[in-house]
Amino acid sequence: MTTVPEKTDLVTLTIDGVQLSVPKDTLVIRAAEQVGVQVPRFCDHPLLAPVGACRQCLVDVPDAGNGRGFPKPQASCTLPVAEGMVVNTQATSPVADKAQQGIMEFLLINHPLDCPVCDKGGECPLQNQAMSNGRADSRFSARGGVKRTYPKPINISAQVLLDRERCVLCARCTRFSEQIAGDPFIALVERGALQQVGIYEREPFESYFSGNTIQICPVGALTSADYRFRSRPFDLVSTPSVAEHDACGSAIRIDHRRGKVMRRLAGNDPEVNEEWITDKDRFGFHYATEPDRLTYPQIREDGELRPASWPEAFAVAARGLSEAGGTGVLTGGRVTAEDAYAYSKFARVALGTNDIDFRSRPHSAEEAAFLAAEVVLRRTVTYADLESASTVVLAGLEPEDEAGMIFLRLRKAAGRAGSGGGTRVVSIAPYASRGLAKMHGQLVRTAPGDEAAALAALVAQGEFGIDKTAVILVGERLATVPGALSAAAGLAARTGARLAWVPRRAGDRGAVEAGCLPNLLPGGRPVADAGARVDVGADWGVDVPETPGRDADGIIAALGSGELGGVVVGGVDPDDTTDPAATRAALEAASFVVALELRETDVTRAADVVFPVAPVSDKAGTFVTWEGRPRPFEAVFSSPSSLPDLRILAGIAEELSALGVGRPLGFRTVAEARAEMEEMGPWDGERAVLGGSETALRPSSTTEEAGAGAPSSTTEGHFALATWKLMIDNGSLQDGDKAYRATGRAPVARLSPTAYDAHGPTVTLTGDRGSVTLPAEPAELDDDVVWVPANSFGNGVLADLASPGSRVTIAKGADQ
Amino acid sequence: MPDTLTPVLTDNWGDDRAWTLAAYTERGGYGALDKAFAMDPAAVIETVKESGLRGRGGAGFPTGMKWGFIPQDNPRPKYLVVNADESEPGTCKDIPLMMASPHTLVEGVIISSYAIRANKAFIYIRGEVLHVVRRVQRAVQEAYLAGHLGKDIHGSGYDLDVVVHAGAGAYICGEETALLEGLEGRRGQPRLRPPFPAVAGLYASPTVINNVESIASVPSIVANGHGWFASMGTEKSKGFGIFSLSGHVRRPGQYEAPLGITLRTLIDLAGGMREGHELKFWTPGGSSTPLLTAEHLDIPLDFEGVGAAGSMLGTRALQIFDDTTCVVRATLRWTEFYKHESCGKCTPCREGTWWLVQVLSALEKGQGSESDLDLLLDQCDNILGRSFCALADGAVSPITSSIQYFRDEYVAHLTEGGCPFDPARSTAWAGQEVLA
Repeated sequence: MTTVPEKTDLVTLTIDGVQLSVPKDTLVIRAAEQVGVQVPRFCDHPLLAPVGACRQCLVDVPDAGNGRGFPKPQASCTLPVAEGMVVNTQATSPVADKAQQGIMEFLLINHPLDCPVCDKGGECPLQNQAMSNGRADSRFSARGGVKRTYPKPINISAQVLLDRERCVLCARCTRFSEQIAGDPFIALVERGALQQVGIYEREPFESYFSGNTIQICPVGALTSADYRFRSRPFDLVSTPSVAEHDACGSAIRIDHRRGKVMRRLAGNDPEVNEEWITDKDRFGFHYATEPDRLTYPQIREDGELRPASWPEAFAVAARGLSEAGGTGVLTGGRVTAEDAYAYSKFARVALGTNDIDFRSRPHSAEEAAFLAAEVVLRRTVTYADLESASTVVLAGLEPEDEAGMIFLRLRKAAGRAGSGGGTRVVSIAPYASRGLAKMHGQLVRTAPGDEAAALAALVAQGEFGIDKTAVILVGERLATVPGALSAAAGLAARTGARLAWVPRRAGDRGAVEAGCLPNLLPGGRPVADAGARVDVGADWGVDVPETPGRDADGIIAALGSGELGGVVVGGVDPDDTTDPAATRAALEAASFVVALELRETDVTRAADVVFPVAPVSDKAGTFVTWEGRPRPFEAVFSSPSSLPDLRILAGIAEELSALGVGRPLGFRTVAEARAEMEEMGPWDGERAVLGGSETALRPSSTTEEAGAGAPSSTTEGHFALATWKLMIDNGSLQDGDKAYRATGRAPVARLSPTAYDAHGPTVTLTGDRGSVTLPAEPAELDDDVVWVPANSFGNGVLADLASPGSRVTIAKGADQ
Repeated sequence: MPDTLTPVLTDNWGDDRAWTLAAYTERGGYGALDKAFAMDPAAVIETVKESGLRGRGGAGFPTGMKWGFIPQDNPRPKYLVVNADESEPGTCKDIPLMMASPHTLVEGVIISSYAIRANKAFIYIRGEVLHVVRRVQRAVQEAYLAGHLGKDIHGSGYDLDVVVHAGAGAYICGEETALLEGLEGRRGQPRLRPPFPAVAGLYASPTVINNVESIASVPSIVANGHGWFASMGTEKSKGFGIFSLSGHVRRPGQYEAPLGITLRTLIDLAGGMREGHELKFWTPGGSSTPLLTAEHLDIPLDFEGVGAAGSMLGTRALQIFDDTTCVVRATLRWTEFYKHESCGKCTPCREGTWWLVQVLSALEKGQGSESDLDLLLDQCDNILGRSFCALADGAVSPITSSIQYFRDEYVAHLTEGGCPFDPARSTAWAGQEVLA
């Protein structure tokens, strides 16, 4: 709705004496904006359905386009334009002006005069419009009017607080929750002046998007536990930025004061996040100020880490790496594209290896091939395309948890009324999640491991109508299913449907583009392509190693076996990796570990040199969205002690070069790295092809391989493990805001009703890595599948239970 | 000028157990049904159009025209909804009708549903009147058992189911779109229009919503012909209607007469004003219609006549107040009602009624100044026509009209430092008090 509808039929009308033409169905309130008149409003919001409740936007309409006028002022937020219509706003009509002042006076009679202590004071639409369209003094209080009062704020969730006195009952919050988020857990209750926003205690306001209600509240009625009473808007400095929590690239605004982030708001980007962000993007910023934040370099001496100066740390790291033998690089998925480029170049130029991988989670060689063949440099699907697609197939992707903005777009697209109906969402998943229901989606129930076959079968099943108007979105989790990514590529190739890969982390796609993969160099240049190697090598002044490198699992294995001695690790949580125990063991086994980290982790505790890196607020950078859209942002703070990864890598490379190993990176700043990346540009040669499409056609055999070692028969008590990360979970970037975490969903194990009946309300799951006991919930799963959230208990599924897709046993849990 | 009563709807009210099916059929009840079934549904609509029947719920929209708006090519089911949420202060015609002769309504529902080709009809009855809900439920049950409802009614091949729904106690649900919200199980608050109910009403399907009396008038029109109906009343307000006289008259009650009758005639029929008192002011159609005074005794009580006098015919709820009544006090009571019943959706109604009550209360106690009357009028001006639905328009009617006719009385409260009236003298038992 923010994007101007593609309509050629224009309607010409006159507003305040100015003639203008606007698309048919435009509302008068928005047409007026085009002649520079802001009609005051509260309930109106361009992304919500009109409601006409606050009546603040009354205008005079002497001619409705049919020669007759409306006898009384009309609400311009519900009135569509008509050919020949004449509208007079408060700018030219005394009737409209008086009507607006009258409404404003009514709104204020029951509104407390607590602006001096209200969070909204200074940025409050009610305050501002009372000044522009209201009376100078109150006839209500002058006559001893008695205001309606309520006890001070009540929690409508752990995070969102409601001051009922301040509420002007515009219903923006309730409409957002119902129309946009699909979480209608707040509603207006009671009547008359006692009407208020209420909740139903047994269905708490648990929404991943609840913070948006605070932002669109036109008064200070909704505040967050996180920000309430923390600062005044006029003390804040605002810097536009990009959210770092997922691959959606949401525009955000960071409001800060004296070097501290006070809050984050949604930016307005119609092409990406419209005006919404997830609660994770809004409230997840305290991680950078947690007490375990690293603030100075450290080196290991006599078995203990001790503080060191930057030059010393660079020198020690360089010396260690030069003596370590082969060294691998693990970058994690959180770095900016510029930092990723630095890691990519550091591996090739300073360490002379292709042993680099950004994938700090279960992955496969097939995935690396898929990324090189089908993902890098491709920009085939955008958010807008999701809205215009006939069908969107989701595989290995739960958008509500893993890509919130995709979820909101699909919900909008699927719920759109009108000709031809909306986008149809088809999800290949173990069960129909609440998120899928909110997208009005259709489930193709698929046990973990069977996704490849399910994708392949979509071609044959005409009912799904996958053709070139369709879009296939594959999540990073599909990498754990042999053949699935190939099957998705095959489905796209056969039907003409467009394909996009949706990772979970903000830096994943940028890392692909920057060549943080064993088989890819920057700009999509395949390592295996001699021309591509020469192309990069000429720019960098080195010979790029010829053999494709080890992937992350390969690096871990090689460290364990001693084939590799050193490792440079940036932003990797061992518990996210394919085998957490193996990763920890590899870090122990490695002869030299350099860690680039924000906070103390198991990696820094095992490292020989620890470099503190800048959080995204302290550096410029670029995140690349799942669409392939670059989202550059500038630093919010300039902190001389807070260096981006690329500066640290440059320092190590320079010291290595001084030792006669490799060459310097040739840049020290983000701007220099960006310039070099732009100069190198994308690969225009032949791209890698996905090796042998016949792999895609043998999903069943590969599935069995995956299950090797575990009992493959569906014997009683053996369940295939389905899992993904909930949006609000134990992820370390979400640390520091208890109220936010409390709005997350409690971890449960989901079982088929049959299995639920057999095992009861509490179950103990046992896999090859441990046991967990969780409350159970019945859901429409296969009888031999169990779903658990991946990182909502203990150290997560990978560390404490088993790897996704493998088999676990279930027993009745201990009584609780 | 018609001056005699024309009992049609009320004709059988005095019969023994008039509310039973037996009593109703005794008088030829459900006879119009067969006549209607012999006609094409479109012809039934045409008959109602020709009769000139206008909505009896207050607004006076032509009933046949409303039925004609139903898009018959719409594939969705069509619904008839009877608005029996009679809650307006002073209005008391539908509830007696449903108590006395519920089958008149049921027969009207069947014919009307047949005309608009609906196979499901709803009667939304004000929840507070449980006895009425029970009576209509029983009548519907009797009609089912007698084959007047259900499948293949009277062998016509036409099916109809009727649901009797009890409201949950909100005046706003008399507003048709709020009624639909309530019927769908949501909070009773008016809906944004368009779409209009005729296109997307109940469950987003084409829906006709009519007042009880409008629907109850249909059987007689079908039975006696549109010419018979149109022969009564005035040029643009045809037919008869129930006039409900309440207050300071000797024999309050329902007087069914052709539209266009005058209050003077009606008061005569009701035995005159209370002994020894004069008419002071009256409402023509419930408290939402601006009040009138003795100077309006001879205006014709039809849509046009009352409109020309600056008020509205409304529901013909004639509340009669004599010279013992304090108009400020009466206005305050009405305004308190609207404050209590405002649904809260829109600002002017929600906040405006809250404030109006405070200003009026002060005035009634003799507090404030004469400028408060201008404030009141200005508030009313900021509410009238600015709100989401007509509730608030009704709320300001008694205030603006009472200040128009009785400004001096408001001022007297201020100059005398309180109400100059003795409220006890306006009660029904005034003069009969027993002193202990």
